[in-house]
Amino acid sequence: MSQGRCLLSVSGLEAGYGSMRVLESISFEVERGEIVAILGGSGSGKSTLLKNMLRLEQPIGGRVVFQGTEISTLDESELNRARLGIGFLFQNGALLGSLSVAENVAMPLEMHSDLPPPVIERLVRLRLRQVGLEGADSRLPAELSGGMRKRAALARALILDPPLLICDEPSAGLDPVSARRLDDLLLRLRDDLDTTLIVVTHEVDSIRRIADRLLFLERGRVLFEGSVDEARRSEIDSVRAFFAASGGG
Amino acid sequence: MSSDAPTEAWARIDTSGVTLGGTLTKETVPRLFSQLERQAPSVSAALDLAQVTELDSAGIAFVLELAARLDSPPDHDPAFGLEEPHRGRLLAFQAAPPAGFVSSAPSPPDSSIWNRWLESLGRHGLRHVAEARDFLFLTSNVFTFGCAALLGRGRARKGTFSRVAVAMGVDAMPVVLLIAFLVGLVMALQAAAQLRRFGANIYIVDLVGISMTREMGALMTAIVLAGRSGSAIAAEVATMVVTEETDALRSLGLDPIRFVVVPRFLALMLVTPLLTFLATGIGIFGGFVAAIGYLDLAPQVFATELIAAVEPRDLVASLAKSVVFAWVIALLGSHQGFKVKGGAEGVGRATTAAVVTSIFAVIIVDAAAGMLLYFE
Repeated sequence: MSQGRCLLSVSGLEAGYGSMRVLESISFEVERGEIVAILGGSGSGKSTLLKNMLRLEQPIGGRVVFQGTEISTLDESELNRARLGIGFLFQNGALLGSLSVAENVAMPLEMHSDLPPPVIERLVRLRLRQVGLEGADSRLPAELSGGMRKRAALARALILDPPLLICDEPSAGLDPVSARRLDDLLLRLRDDLDTTLIVVTHEVDSIRRIADRLLFLERGRVLFEGSVDEARRSEIDSVRAFFAASGGG
Repeated sequence: MSSDAPTEAWARIDTSGVTLGGTLTKETVPRLFSQLERQAPSVSAALDLAQVTELDSAGIAFVLELAARLDSPPDHDPAFGLEEPHRGRLLAFQAAPPAGFVSSAPSPPDSSIWNRWLESLGRHGLRHVAEARDFLFLTSNVFTFGCAALLGRGRARKGTFSRVAVAMGVDAMPVVLLIAFLVGLVMALQAAAQLRRFGANIYIVDLVGISMTREMGALMTAIVLAGRSGSAIAAEVATMVVTEETDALRSLGLDPIRFVVVPRFLALMLVTPLLTFLATGIGIFGGFVAAIGYLDLAPQVFATELIAAVEPRDLVASLAKSVVFAWVIALLGSHQGFKVKGGAEGVGRATTAAVVTSIFAVIIVDAAAGMLLYFE
């Protein structure tokens, strides 16, 4: 992989809680414009991997390099600056319950730019329109459905134009039609705005539709890395079983 | 953010319209925006972006905001002459929203200020009626389930009552007793200075004894418990509502009132009179310390006068009042918890409301009881 195309590089990442080791020597790279799916059974370390990549949790060892900057060695203020380049879509949206949808989406811009209010309002409206939430600006997160909350959170994650968007189980809890529409939305983001995506998911249909490449985690290790077709033909029992159990074999 | 902002962006305004060039990003847009707010023509004018070299989403929002203000000619290029790849990016932002998503309910039709005021009044009225109904429902259920539990009917989780009673009673004891001691001490010291001027030192015993037994013991205990246990009940119930734990209990065939509120209600009903009794004693002891230390009253004289001044019915009334205070604190705490709206902020609001309404209600009940019992 050429250095210029590489957006994120993870090497030898190790993480755990107390004496329990959850991730062991995880290494992979993500190219610009790629959609990489991370999958694996419950407890395989997917969410821990995402949190340690962003240093929302402190890894025990290893390196994470994003856009040429080693995240693992940054101090808190440098880390916060580096995080602006990575949008994170949390599994339940994680919108602030006391703020309206528009206020949630505008908040990163208000805190990290000197943009005048009319431009912020315009951009918030554009982002909400992009995720199909036009007209929902003044509603509170509690007044939204699960799918709408995720799309509002997606608009917030995108508001600073991050080159990398990390989605933690974006389709979880959505009906198949809404899940498919969300997949289409993620594809459109990649195609129209050159956003690189890392998507943690259990949904084999979704992986087939959007992923260029996938990583399969088991017991904190990368068991398989390759394309979706390669994964379906894999000789590795766990990978084959995962696709077979999901009806994707 | 703005200190190291690049300055390559520029704007030219002439009779043909507004031409923008260079880097249009969130770093350069604030300066350009204020420049154009001062200089941009207010009539219809063309916007030319052919010389823009970099464009982020903030730049796109700025361009579209500017285009709306300039009232660009109807036949203008939708990308204002932008070159690729920025052209595609701008058009992507202007593209139709993704199909199939339901974004929001249709807006209600506009109505007059008078109608809106009436609607708002009606909504508030209905909300208060609903709240009163919910409170009555909660109260009746708590008393029904509480009586059933006291009579040993119905299942209960073992250990909940004792755990809650320890948390509400034993853990609250140090703060309740310290406050009662200080109140008794300070009240006696303040009164002593006045009583000494009239040679009425002995009446310090009546003052401390009667006020601590009839009022302050129960009231101070109830205020501390409202702040401590009332808020805890409200926060616990509200968090359970927000995280759908109460729905989970209902789905398991368990009534959240019976499962969550009743053990706390009974525990508070047990510990409040006990704490009141102790607080009254410690408060009188505070007065005793002041009387001995400041007024040189003999301990025997203090004891004799106390027995003469305080009647058993004062103590019984105080303990009975404390039971009612316990009802008020537990019921208002759980009521505020159940009516929570929103997430974490809602839990905070419910907790604050529980403490404020409980203290207010305790004082009202205390005043009413005082008038009923001691003024004929």
